[in-house]
Amino acid sequence: MGYLELKEVYKTYGEGKNATEVLHNINLTIQEGEFVAIVGFTGSGKTTLVNLINGLLKPTSGEIRFKGKAVVDTSHERGVIFQNYSLLPWLSVGQNIAMAVKEAFPDEKREFIKNRVSQYVEMVNLLPAINKRPKELSGGMRQRVAVARALAMNPEMILMDEPLSALDALTRGNLQDEILKIWSKDKRTALLITNDVDEGIYMADRIIPLKPGPKATLGPEFKIDIERPRDKTELNDNPHYKKTRNAIIEYLMGIGEERKTTATAFYELPELAPKNFVA
Amino acid sequence: MLTQDIKLSETPENGISFPTDRIMLDVKDLKKVYPTPKGDYVVLENLNLQILKEEFVTIIGHSGCGKTTMLSMIAGLNPITGGDIAVLGNPIKGPGPDRGVIFQSPSLMPWMSALQNVMLGVNRVFPHASRSQRKAIAKYYLHKVGLDGAFHKKANELSQGMQQRVGIARAFAIKPKVLLLDEPFGMLDSLTRGELQDILIEIWNKEKITAVMITHDVDEAIFLADRVVMMTSGPRAKIGDVLKIGFERPRARKTVLEHEDYYKYRKHLIDFLEH
Repeated sequence: MGYLELKEVYKTYGEGKNATEVLHNINLTIQEGEFVAIVGFTGSGKTTLVNLINGLLKPTSGEIRFKGKAVVDTSHERGVIFQNYSLLPWLSVGQNIAMAVKEAFPDEKREFIKNRVSQYVEMVNLLPAINKRPKELSGGMRQRVAVARALAMNPEMILMDEPLSALDALTRGNLQDEILKIWSKDKRTALLITNDVDEGIYMADRIIPLKPGPKATLGPEFKIDIERPRDKTELNDNPHYKKTRNAIIEYLMGIGEERKTTATAFYELPELAPKNFVA
Repeated sequence: MLTQDIKLSETPENGISFPTDRIMLDVKDLKKVYPTPKGDYVVLENLNLQILKEEFVTIIGHSGCGKTTMLSMIAGLNPITGGDIAVLGNPIKGPGPDRGVIFQSPSLMPWMSALQNVMLGVNRVFPHASRSQRKAIAKYYLHKVGLDGAFHKKANELSQGMQQRVGIARAFAIKPKVLLLDEPFGMLDSLTRGELQDILIEIWNKEKITAVMITHDVDEAIFLADRVVMMTSGPRAKIGDVLKIGFERPRARKTVLEHEDYYKYRKHLIDFLEH
């Protein structure tokens, strides 16, 4: 039995004529301590999948089990890092995190909560900004707050919905390393949703493509047998990396070909030169 | 297309110039200064770049190094502090239809249909054509980018990927000599990105125009380019290195990925970006 198990999960939005089946027969098993990446595309149902696992949504049919128990509601056992940070704009960095900590440790004293908040703010190097509001922070800093908030709840599983997509390459690389450091230290289970194949290969033990929706299903998995810690520059020379990367990209490009519509209309271009504005 | 007789080392940076009759775009000793309350900030200095006719050049560099500043200066949208920019030997005076721009965000008129957005430029550049001819031009390019069913959809009803397709059609439809692209696919997922790269290369190849494209995606830079230009980090950014990509065209992604040089090129660029 897996740590997290999805069995024949279907999700449909709307009813009758307006029904759209977003997810179609999703089967997924993740073991304790594993890092799995799901590579998906715009509109393929990635966020729906994450929200089913964290308990914000219920499947139309099928089963989702976490540590053997059916997922019926959200729980701080599964911490989520959202793409759009989802911080409360009127609360400071510290207050945003404190709210999550109180939720996860309802019986603890004020002192404990205060210490835990500063510990995680420090971990993401934001102590100087602990009293700032989200709007005073850059995108990268906001996402750091979201990372700290998710981890401060001491979740047993980390769910990440394209957490780094909106960031520039440099910030992205740094945060990837920070997330990996925390993941490997406490050996938590992690599920990362991303549209970046390289991010998936760098971080995960397994990569599973999510085919574009409607009726999105999971594709064949790709195992990443590369020792950790991984080095981005060395990866480039690793034959297994190249082989796996090419196989995944080829698979995704294949999906792209399938998706292309075959237009039959014919348009003719008149043979005309634009006006010469220089002469 | 770039012929094989041009070596990697033959860049203006190394004091070697290309033959004048082959140069489309010539950037000489370009300088850009932004005044700030703390004094002048020199974004670009001593920037020299020559781009050949029908060449596809990609530009990479760290965010904030001045890539967009340079491209907007070539487009004529940003005044030049020092140096020259010339297209076919003629110094540029502001923006013009000889240089088409595709921006990072599609920058369409949201209340106009896809067709109207493309027609906007076509009407200005083909004043001598009939209305039906002008429409035919716009439709031809919208069809090329795969928007057959969406001619009359308003821009704000289209997905981001579709809007960017309209942006590509709009730029090609005015038949520019040089196409300037500022991270056009940066906001798209990798599947849509791959599709649009293929469309871009197909039209570029057919129209035989010159293309200069900023990207932060190393794979995109290699796959599309004849040469990859690496910019140093600012302030005073300039061209740091140039990598010639020897793959034959047309390029199939699979063949390119499996080519023994591919990961060498990739390593070269990643090394540059990480140091």
